[in-house]
Amino acid sequence: MTSSTIAAALPRATLLTMYERMVLIRDFEDRVKALVEGGIAFGAAHYYVGEEAVAVGVCTALRPDDWIASTHRGHGHCIAKGMAVAPMMAELYGKASGANRGKGGSMHITDVRVGMLGVNPIVGAGIPHAVGAALSAKVRGTGQVAVTFFGDGGSNIGACHEAINLAAVWNVPCVFVCENNGYAQSTPVEYSTAGEVWKRAAGYGLPGEKVDGQDVFAMYEATARAVERARAGAGPSLIEARTYRYYGHSAGDDGTAYRLASEIEAARARDCIARFRQEVIAADLLDAADLEAIDDQVAADVDEAVAAAEAAPFPAANELTTEVVAS
Amino acid sequence: MVTMTAAPVATKMAETAEVLTFPEALNRAIRQEMRRDPSIVVIGEDVAGAAGREHLGFKDAWGGPTRSTKGLVTEFGSGRVLDTPIAEMGFVGAAVGAAMSGLRPIVDLGFIDLIGCCYDQLINQAAKMHYMMGGQVEIPMTVRMSYGARPPSNQTAGGGAAATHSQTLYSVLAHIPGLKCVAPTTAYNAKGLMIAAIRDNNPVIVLEHRYLGLNARTPVPETAYTLPFGKAEIVREGTDLTLCGIGRMTYVCLDAAAALTAEGLEAEVIDVLSLAPLDEETILESVEKTQRLVVVDEDTPSCSLGRDIAARVADAGFDFLDAPIKTINSADTPVPYSAALESIYTPSPQQVVDAVHEMLGTG
Repeated sequence: MTSSTIAAALPRATLLTMYERMVLIRDFEDRVKALVEGGIAFGAAHYYVGEEAVAVGVCTALRPDDWIASTHRGHGHCIAKGMAVAPMMAELYGKASGANRGKGGSMHITDVRVGMLGVNPIVGAGIPHAVGAALSAKVRGTGQVAVTFFGDGGSNIGACHEAINLAAVWNVPCVFVCENNGYAQSTPVEYSTAGEVWKRAAGYGLPGEKVDGQDVFAMYEATARAVERARAGAGPSLIEARTYRYYGHSAGDDGTAYRLASEIEAARARDCIARFRQEVIAADLLDAADLEAIDDQVAADVDEAVAAAEAAPFPAANELTTEVVAS
Repeated sequence: MVTMTAAPVATKMAETAEVLTFPEALNRAIRQEMRRDPSIVVIGEDVAGAAGREHLGFKDAWGGPTRSTKGLVTEFGSGRVLDTPIAEMGFVGAAVGAAMSGLRPIVDLGFIDLIGCCYDQLINQAAKMHYMMGGQVEIPMTVRMSYGARPPSNQTAGGGAAATHSQTLYSVLAHIPGLKCVAPTTAYNAKGLMIAAIRDNNPVIVLEHRYLGLNARTPVPETAYTLPFGKAEIVREGTDLTLCGIGRMTYVCLDAAAALTAEGLEAEVIDVLSLAPLDEETILESVEKTQRLVVVDEDTPSCSLGRDIAARVADAGFDFLDAPIKTINSADTPVPYSAALESIYTPSPQQVVDAVHEMLGTG
């Protein structure tokens, strides 16, 4: 199926939401980057810019009550699953109004109400969490599906293998999405990773496929098939999204010490948001005015999130020792 | 030479009670809770056994490392009693995810030594999520693990598991904020603490001494009951000194106390039971009464819970003390293989008696 065929079959409201979330991820990340470079000390932040189509394509195929487990590069997953940006921005500022009440920061943002089980900076640690959430769905008979994102770097930690094997032998409704952006920090995937990640699925007796991660419709369609299979009780699947991060690994890395400028330019030429605009306008599914209205709204949302975060109070000192254990 | 006995620690008994072993008591606890709450699942290697071989007539083939989950798969099915591949990081991580999303898993890790294979999931994930997610999630998860080396007097029951299957190690779990850790010592308190662990909304480590299994038989009430975390138990009252034991070391303390009676010294013996949170109050009150403290801990000495208890008492109860606190740990070595070496590895009652003599200047 071509991406324009997939797009044409989607409701207008879905297309608008996909675009909104991709642009919101990009604007949010660009604003965070600007704030960091302007001297606001946010701690670690890993920008998702360039990879928006992966998170949005995947999450468009999910129900609101489905679960996702995330990575260290998780802001995009949060937004794609439906989190509001105001509590995310407030969390980065370490404010009491933050998603985690200022106790987690960028690398632990969570919103279980939208099925977001947590940004997770221990590479690979979130993968088994999704298997557990899928087990929970199976035991409780809820029909939910759990999706875990992990990177090309994460594909090489033992937790990844253990989790995929476990999901396969337990036959739980879990979908494994590898975001292969080519680099584990500065280490290229061709150095770190033997073979191709999607081909490992065959070793577990699971379906695996490689998808163009810059094509949000292809990501949606592949995920929808995997999710349908999982929900039907037919077991897990593995999707490898080929994508690219425009910036460095994190704040403080501009991404040029290990990547050629020509490679970055080539990736930017395949930009997922530009591609979406071009396709939906060419197919007459949305018009430029629809998209510009979203651009304006998103910019206003991010402005508002920053203003609210800056105005919000820090956590009270007694928050240091609350919630160490649950009651 | 004072010998290790199997004297049951004093318990408060209900009317209908049956004498059970440690694993039998844990089995009853888990079974009763699983009947009450359908969200409880058991996860671990060989917790049922012969997974997927029912068509060949094999079912309930194993029942966990100490057979304490025997029969559960028959009653609750393989959907709730889940055998796993050998993948501690994977299945402990899955239990964390399950606990975040509506289940109440009981994970059987087998040996405490295997925390090396899943430490991230225990200390970075399970322990911290409630706090770092701003209270959004709770992790109601019980993680069971056996610990401990062979006692000197117990030459036949196992042993010889050496450096990677006999460790104590609990100090590296009790150290982590967000983890609760309990070390039951009798069948009675094992059942009560296990039920409390299952019902708790936090990750709870239940430490089961490998050589208390058959020696810690006590009457166990049929009804479900809980014992509180953060509560030590005075298992022998005394006025002259306090012996503070953790896990099997409580029995070592009781044996030492019996020997000291012959010298006219009445030792109070405290069973710590709850490593985290620690019942500092009960220990301090006892030291206030006796003015002398010996802490006996099976873990290796550096950064150990035993030395932590000593530090806490020195910090908060220095004025109570008439003598320096003594701490006794296992040797600061890996657990040796040979029975000749393993038998002198863990603290003995005689070491406790010697420490008391040294403390009193009567050695």
